[in-house]
Amino acid sequence: MFTAIFGAFESGIIYAIMALGVYLSFRILDFPDLTVDGSFVTGAAVAAIMIVNGVNPFAATMTALVVGFFAGCLTGVIHTVGKVNALLSGILMMIALYSINLRIMGRSNVPLLNSDTAMTAVKDFSETTGIDGFFNGMLTAVGLGDSLPRTWGILLFMIVVTFSIKFITDAFLKTEIGLAVRATGDNERMIRSFSSNTNLMIILGLGLSNAMVAFSGALIAQQGGFADVGMGIGMIIIGLASVIIGEAIFGTKSIARTTLAVIGGSIIYRIVVTLALRVEFLEPGDMKLITAFIVILALTAPKMIGTYKEKKRKARRQLEGLAALNIPLERKGEAGAALKSDS
Amino acid sequence: MLRLSQIHKIFNEGTPDEKIALNNINLTMNKGDFVTVIGSNGAGKSTLMNMISGVMQPDHGQVSLDSKDVTFMTEYNRSKMIGRVFQDPMAGTAPSMTIEENLAIAYSRNKRRTLRLGVTKKRRELFREVLESLHLGLENRLNAKVGLLSGGERQALSLLMATFTEPSILLLDEHTAALDPSRAELITKLTKEIVDQYHLTTLMVTHNMQQALDLGNRLIMMDKGQIIFEVNEEEKAKLSIEDLLNEFQRIRGTKMASDRALLS
Repeated sequence: MFTAIFGAFESGIIYAIMALGVYLSFRILDFPDLTVDGSFVTGAAVAAIMIVNGVNPFAATMTALVVGFFAGCLTGVIHTVGKVNALLSGILMMIALYSINLRIMGRSNVPLLNSDTAMTAVKDFSETTGIDGFFNGMLTAVGLGDSLPRTWGILLFMIVVTFSIKFITDAFLKTEIGLAVRATGDNERMIRSFSSNTNLMIILGLGLSNAMVAFSGALIAQQGGFADVGMGIGMIIIGLASVIIGEAIFGTKSIARTTLAVIGGSIIYRIVVTLALRVEFLEPGDMKLITAFIVILALTAPKMIGTYKEKKRKARRQLEGLAALNIPLERKGEAGAALKSDS
Repeated sequence: MLRLSQIHKIFNEGTPDEKIALNNINLTMNKGDFVTVIGSNGAGKSTLMNMISGVMQPDHGQVSLDSKDVTFMTEYNRSKMIGRVFQDPMAGTAPSMTIEENLAIAYSRNKRRTLRLGVTKKRRELFREVLESLHLGLENRLNAKVGLLSGGERQALSLLMATFTEPSILLLDEHTAALDPSRAELITKLTKEIVDQYHLTTLMVTHNMQQALDLGNRLIMMDKGQIIFEVNEEEKAKLSIEDLLNEFQRIRGTKMASDRALLS
């Protein structure tokens, strides 16, 4: 059980980078960008094929990020210059990337099990420096010694990476350009009247968003030990689920708070899926169904709870109102006089 | 400062819905001019604004600003020189961003946007200072989201955002029309103060004849895409609403077809 939750935590924090990308397009730019399904695999494919060919895994991961940036920019160009509907330009880019991903990999699956990846490097590092020993020792001390995780390195490394990206995103959204990107999603007409090229802002925003998605894809491929052409299917929904769950649970008071919420949402989503898959009659193939169910729940539950609370509040107020009316009714004479003088 | 020469614009040309929106418009505004534009619905007032701001391009004719030909300059490039306030109080501000972030966006209007911080300590002081001139207490709510402000407050903020960087020309497109009378009066008062303070060259479209007479040093009346009547400062001071309506009837031979204009 502990190992399963630990694994969910570990992949949750890697997928969180993808979720941050989805947050950027979906919430900040108000652009439902389906490119994500394709660019996630593009990131994985670029990193995998470079690693297999002996390139330094960290350099390969950074290249994946750059390629993802260009894929996102292209969606932006199709939408702004080509004036194609936002959803459609994302879908077009997604299916175009499917073929491109196959071309990059040369086949539908590239295994990385025997290669040196960023993850194996981090794992080795944490083993030799004794980080693993330290944390495992702590676990054994509190009585959880029978199910120790493979390594602590990846989790710690990913926490550092994901939070760095979070802080960079927060800072970027407060710069002059970042403010213009946010305003583009908020009120396009307004920001054009303040001399900002909204087309450029959309292209830039989608580029950054897909750069994060591809980066996350590259890391997931290295963590899982393979890149597969189908690994991106439904990724946008997973991203949305993370954003929506995070926002519902942790709030959206400020940008920094919301990005933190998105990371939290991604981890919670992974934990929920892991727990769901432990239910007897559910199979791994049911994962997409579970995802859809979680998203529907996350979308509708807060609203329904809100309506329920509102109803209760109204009912209570009505009761209070009746109670207030009862007082003058007891003193009929005065109340009647008051009513008459009112009319 | 602003020169419009022989501007023509036809919508849906060559179809049964063809409509001449602007017909040979010539207008020159000098620095410091405050021109009010009145006219019935469909007179072409908003199209005129769109020609100047670059939302639309004329079919024929030339727009020049600061003695530069800007006829085909994109809207966002032109905005460096133009401040705009729209009719809809929601249109001029970004609702999910804070007051200071909105002001930071406005502050960058005539500058190059970089990766520097949008709201710095120094700028915050400036924002606080200019907000004080509105007397709405907004200077104490710099971190409030603009979506939480009332329509009047948002329009006052829009007005401030359009003006405090001193644009070459300020375009006001019926910017008080969507507000209740007391708020509209406040915005009108603020407009007067701000235009005086920065000596802004201003073009204001309005449905409210009294407002058109109270504000500005020149007045033009439009109908069916043409400027049909124009008065300078001295004549304007003597005009009343009846004079304007009579003048319209004399020129066009019909009563002015706008209930809003008559009622206000």
